[in-house]
Amino acid sequence: MANNYTDHPELRFEMNHPLMKRIVELKERGFAEKDAYDYAPIDFDDAMDNYDRVLDIVGEIAGTTIADNAEGVDLEGPHHVGDRVNYASGTDRNLDAMVKAGMNGMTMPRRYKGLNFPITPYTMCAELVAASDAGFGNIWSLQDCIETLYEFGDADQHARFIPRVCEGETMSMDLTEPDAGSDLQSVMLKATFDEENNCWRLNGVKRFITNGDAHLHLVLARSEEGTTDGRGLSMFIYDKRDGGVNVRRIENKLGIHGSPTCELVYKNAKAELVGDRKMGLIKYVMALMNGARLGIAAQSVGISQAAYNEGLAYARDREQFGKAIINFPAVADMLATIKAKLDAGRALLYQCARYVDIYKALDDISRERKLTPEERKEQKLYAKLADSLTPLAKGMNSEYCNQNTYDALQIHGGSGFMMDYPIQRYARDARITSIYEGTTQLQVVAAIRYVTNGSYLAQMREFEQAECSEAMKAIQARAKVMADKFEEAVARVKEAADQEYHDLCARHLVEMAADVIMLHLLIYNASADAALFERSARVYANFVEAEIAKHHTFVMNLTTESLADYRQA
Amino acid sequence: MSLKIVVLAKQVPDTRNVGKDAMTPEGTVNRAALPAIFNPEDLNALEQALRLKDEHPGSSVSILTMGPPRATDVIREGLFRGADNGYLLTDRAFAGADTLATSYALSMAIRKMGMPDIIIGGRQAIDGDTAQVGPQVAQKLDLNQVTYVTAIESVKDGKITLVRSIDGGIERVEAPLPILLTVNGNAAPCRPRNAKLVMKYKRATAPMERPADGQMPYAEEYEKKPYLTVTQWSVADVDGDLAQCGLAGSPTKVKAVQNIVFKAKESKRLTGSEADIEGLVKELLESHTIG
Repeated sequence: MANNYTDHPELRFEMNHPLMKRIVELKERGFAEKDAYDYAPIDFDDAMDNYDRVLDIVGEIAGTTIADNAEGVDLEGPHHVGDRVNYASGTDRNLDAMVKAGMNGMTMPRRYKGLNFPITPYTMCAELVAASDAGFGNIWSLQDCIETLYEFGDADQHARFIPRVCEGETMSMDLTEPDAGSDLQSVMLKATFDEENNCWRLNGVKRFITNGDAHLHLVLARSEEGTTDGRGLSMFIYDKRDGGVNVRRIENKLGIHGSPTCELVYKNAKAELVGDRKMGLIKYVMALMNGARLGIAAQSVGISQAAYNEGLAYARDREQFGKAIINFPAVADMLATIKAKLDAGRALLYQCARYVDIYKALDDISRERKLTPEERKEQKLYAKLADSLTPLAKGMNSEYCNQNTYDALQIHGGSGFMMDYPIQRYARDARITSIYEGTTQLQVVAAIRYVTNGSYLAQMREFEQAECSEAMKAIQARAKVMADKFEEAVARVKEAADQEYHDLCARHLVEMAADVIMLHLLIYNASADAALFERSARVYANFVEAEIAKHHTFVMNLTTESLADYRQA
Repeated sequence: MSLKIVVLAKQVPDTRNVGKDAMTPEGTVNRAALPAIFNPEDLNALEQALRLKDEHPGSSVSILTMGPPRATDVIREGLFRGADNGYLLTDRAFAGADTLATSYALSMAIRKMGMPDIIIGGRQAIDGDTAQVGPQVAQKLDLNQVTYVTAIESVKDGKITLVRSIDGGIERVEAPLPILLTVNGNAAPCRPRNAKLVMKYKRATAPMERPADGQMPYAEEYEKKPYLTVTQWSVADVDGDLAQCGLAGSPTKVKAVQNIVFKAKESKRLTGSEADIEGLVKELLESHTIG
C-alpha cells in the first residue's frame, strides 16, 4: 500500500532534526497536559512518536484514498449549484477521510480540541497531501487560517470558532478583489458597523477565492470610510451559518481542479471584527500570508516529489535503442537534478518551518506569561530567521516545482504531452505555485532586504563554521567561494546606489542567497545521513555553482547605462 | 437505543501481495514472509459497527480476535478507529484450530463477555477463504444470522434492516436482534486511524506481549491507564473444553496441497465490430462465463 510518508525516508530525516527538541519543549510546556488529556505526550520521545504515527496516517490516506481519487477529481472538478459550491465527489471522500482521521485544527491547543502539533509536522502533512492532490491540499491546508484567529482573535472567538475547525469545518481567506491582487492595499470590500444589530456588515465582491464556499472566512475589508490605503483595512471573520455571501462563479483553471476558486458577492453579510481595526493588512494579513506561503512551499515540494516519482518510474520502464532510457546520461541528468532540487528545497522548507515553530511557540507563551530576557532574544532571533527564509522557501520551491514537473514531463517524451499519464496533471498543478500567495517576483521583494542587510550572508558564514562530514568538506569549501561571489555581487549592487539597478538585480541576488543556503542545508543533511543525501549534495553543488556563476556574471556585467535596454514603457 | 456490538476480527498473512517466498517448499503458507494484516473484510465489518456506534450514542464496540499475542495488532487497529475495547483469545491449546474449533472458542468468549445485540465479522478471511466461522458462531450461540451484508440501513425497535448481496442483485432484509452478520468486501471501506485515538491507545498491549520481568518503557502508564491493558483470555478463562479447542477440536484434515500455476493462454484480438462483439457474447454464454 502506498504511503507518501514512509515511502520517502527523507521526510522522517527532516522530522527528526535536533531542533525538534526545543520545539517540543516549548510547544508542550514541560508536558503539562499529560494528565489532562489521554492523547497528550508524556515526554519528548513520546511526542516525536506521536508525530511519526500521525504522519504515517496522513501518508497512508494520501497514498491511497487521495491518490485514488485524484484523477477523478481533476476531471470532475467542483460544481456551481445555485449560489453554492459542491465539491467533486472524490474531494468529499478525501475530506471525510481526513476529518475522520482527526487531521483538522492540528496545530490548535488541546483545550479547543486540537492536536497541539508544531507547524513542522503539520507542514509535512500538507506536503504529503499535496503530493497526491495539490488541489485538495488547498482545501485541507486552509485550516491554518485558524492560526491567525488564534493569534489575534479574542477568547470568545477562540471558544466559538476553533473547535469547529478542529472538528472538520473548512476555511478560506478572502483577500483578492478584481482590482486588488498583488496590491492588497487597494481592497475595496466595504465593512460598515450596523449599530442596530451591533455587528459589522460586509458588502462588495471578492475574486479568486480558494475554497470560497468555506464554513468560516477570514475577510480583508475596508472599515475606515474615506481611506484608500492599507491603513483603512481590517480583518473580519464571516460564518457561513449567518448567510450573506454567495458564490457567483467558479473559475475554470489550468490546474488544481479540485480546489474551487470562487467569485464571491457579499450582500450585507454579518461579520465579526478580528483583533483591532486598521490592522487588517498591516499585521494580520502579513501573518496569514506567512503561514500560507509556507503552505505553498510544502505544496510545491509535494508536487515535486510526485513528479520525481513519475519521471523515475517512466525512465526505468521505457526502453529505447534497446535499453531503459534511465541509462542515457541526458535522462539521468534530469532525474538527478530533480532529486537534488527536491532534497534541497525540502531541507529549506523544514528549516524554515522549525524556525517558525520556535518563534510562534514563544509568541504563544508570551500571551500566558512574561518571557525571560533569554526567551525574548531567542524569539526575536528565530522570528527574523523565519521571516528571512519564508520568501526563499516559497519562491524557490515553487520555481523548482515548475522546473521539476517540466523535466519529469520531458522524460515522458510524447507520452508526457498526452492526458493519459499523471505527469500532465502535476505539470498543470505546479504552474500556480509560483503565482499565488505572492508571485515569485513578490517573494523577491520580501527577501531582498535580507540580502542588503547582511542576514543571508551571516547565515552562510555561520554554516561555513559548522562541523561536517569528511566527504562534505570539499563541498563546504566550494560553498564558501559561492558565498564570496554573492558578497561581491551584493557589494556591486549597493555601490551602484541606483534603485532601478537594484530592482533588476534583486532576483539574481535572492536566488544566489537561496542556492548557497540550500547547499549548506544539504551538506548538513549529507553529513548526518550520507546514504540518503550525499548524492544530492554533490549534484546540487555542481548545479548551484554554475547558477551562482551565471548570476554573478549577470550582476557584475550589468551597468547602469544598460538599464535602458530593459525599460519597456 | 444503545447497542452492544462485538466485531470478530482476524489477523491474516497479506496474501494480496505475495512474493516468491510466500510459500514454503512443502506448499504451506510461509507466514514469516508475509506481513500480518487486519483481514480486509473484517475491516468492512468494523466500519459497519462504528457507524452503528455513531448513530446510536452509548453503544459499545468490542473487538474479539483469536491468535498469538501479536494478533493484538488487530485490536489496536480497532481501537485506533473507534472501538471501545478488545479481547484477545490466546493459548497454545487454541493453536491449529479449523473453523469448527475457532467458532467454538469465539462463541465461548462471547458467552463470557455477555451476549451482545450484534455480532459482526467479515464474510471470510483471505488466508482460508472458508466463510464458515461467522455462520458457525451463530449456530453455536443459537442466533439468527445474515450473511453477505453490504449495508446496515437502520436499527430500531429491536429490529435491524440490512442490505445483502445475492446472485444478480441485492436483497433488503429485516431481522430481530440479537443477530450475527457477516459483511462483504464491497461494503463501505473502513475509516482511517484517528490521530487522537492512535496517541491514546498506541501503547495498548495484551499482558503476553510485555516482557515477563515487567521492565518496559512507560511501565507506570499501565497502572494509571487501565484501558492500555487488552483483555487476554486462555481456554480456561472462557471455560473452554480442551477437546473442542485447537488441533484436538478440529476434524478438518489437510489431505494434500497443490501448487496451481496460472498460465496465460493464447490471446485473441477482437475489433469493436458488431460481429466480433456478438461472437464474444455467444462464446461467453456457451462457456457459462456470463448468463
